Amino acid sequence: MNTASLLSRPLLRDNPVTVQILGICSALAVTTSLITALTLCAALSIVLCCSSMIISALRQHIPASTRLIIQITIIASLVIVVDLLLKAYLFDISQQLSVFVSLIVTNCLVLGRAEAFAMQHTVRESLMDAVGNSVGYSAVLIIVASIRELLGSGSLLGEPVFTRASEGGWFEPLDFMLKAPSAFFIIGLLVWAVCPRKRVDEHSKTKHTTSLVINPHGASHE
Amino acid sequence: MTELFLTSVFGDNIALAFFLGMCTFLAVSRRVATAVGLGMCMMLVMFITVPFNQIVFTRLLKPGALHGIGLGELDVSFLMLVCAIGTIAATVQILEMLLYRFVPDLFEALGVFLPLLTVNCAILGASLFMVERQYGFVESVVYAGGSGVGWAMAIIMLAAIRERLTFSRIPPGLQGLGMAFIVTGLLSMGFATLSTGG
Repeated sequence: MNTASLLSRPLLRDNPVTVQILGICSALAVTTSLITALTLCAALSIVLCCSSMIISALRQHIPASTRLIIQITIIASLVIVVDLLLKAYLFDISQQLSVFVSLIVTNCLVLGRAEAFAMQHTVRESLMDAVGNSVGYSAVLIIVASIRELLGSGSLLGEPVFTRASEGGWFEPLDFMLKAPSAFFIIGLLVWAVCPRKRVDEHSKTKHTTSLVINPHGASHE
Repeated sequence: MTELFLTSVFGDNIALAFFLGMCTFLAVSRRVATAVGLGMCMMLVMFITVPFNQIVFTRLLKPGALHGIGLGELDVSFLMLVCAIGTIAATVQILEMLLYRFVPDLFEALGVFLPLLTVNCAILGASLFMVERQYGFVESVVYAGGSGVGWAMAIIMLAAIRERLTFSRIPPGLQGLGMAFIVTGLLSMGFATLSTGG
């Protein structure tokens, strides 16, 4: 796989959030404002790139039976370091992010790429793949966070963009955008928007098979 | 305590309000039978790991915890993450072995999602929230029970809805994952009305 495809595929075709369904938890939780989303994207990118490189460098020496716990330990150590750095230099944002920085350990994306890619490829390729996936992931988070912050508070990165009605302007903030369910809807619509043709065809085939094996009493056998 | 339990089941539902455990939540919610099995496993693992992690944190890692052996000034709370993961990994491994021996059908049905419980954000998240909110032991037990019940309830509800959605006419691009997100959003809205706070 050449560098260009490693870097460009995760942006749209194999996007970690909308196609691979990895890293959803943080995409939903931290996107109430753009600055928290950007901070988490940066934290995740650092952890993803470093962990992919380290695991790839060690891949010949990790025994298959214990590889999961070794990968998790490497990722956890990196996350602890990033968390402490954030607490030291960006304290306010780290308070808003609360446990979600620590939860990067269990982020399916980081472990998924480590297991699926870094264990079988060279350090350089793993780094390229990590960078590509980081960009794809960050793109989705930035889009969702921008929509939510813009419509929910009329600002971006804390700077007001729309003049609020309370200050004599026209914009009435949509409180719903700052609540949990809005993130689900926005990502659902994003998944629809980027859905490629081939997934549509696969899914209509599955639908036919399912309806054939469901018996009239409602219980399903498969 | 009842208020803590009810809040963690409904208002602060760990799946629908805090979005934890989403990857497994969306992947296993196609059939009610598997969702029930996974919900049970999740409840069990949370119920064991959160109180255990609470003991580890207060007796070993907190600043001043090691006072008894003369290391009172030592603050190793940054190791909480690694310790929590260790506890969870061990618990899931034991659960896997028990299921393989006593309930092999469930073991087969869950497939790869059982070992994936090790890196489930909901289980780790529950432990991390417990540390952040500085719960005592009894509170940890209640919180763990409530969170587990809440997550299980949410996934079973979503599975029940998705089973019926297979017969609906949904636009091709939205079928499967897209619709799951939107339905979860609606569930989340419903649960949000049950929260006591803002």
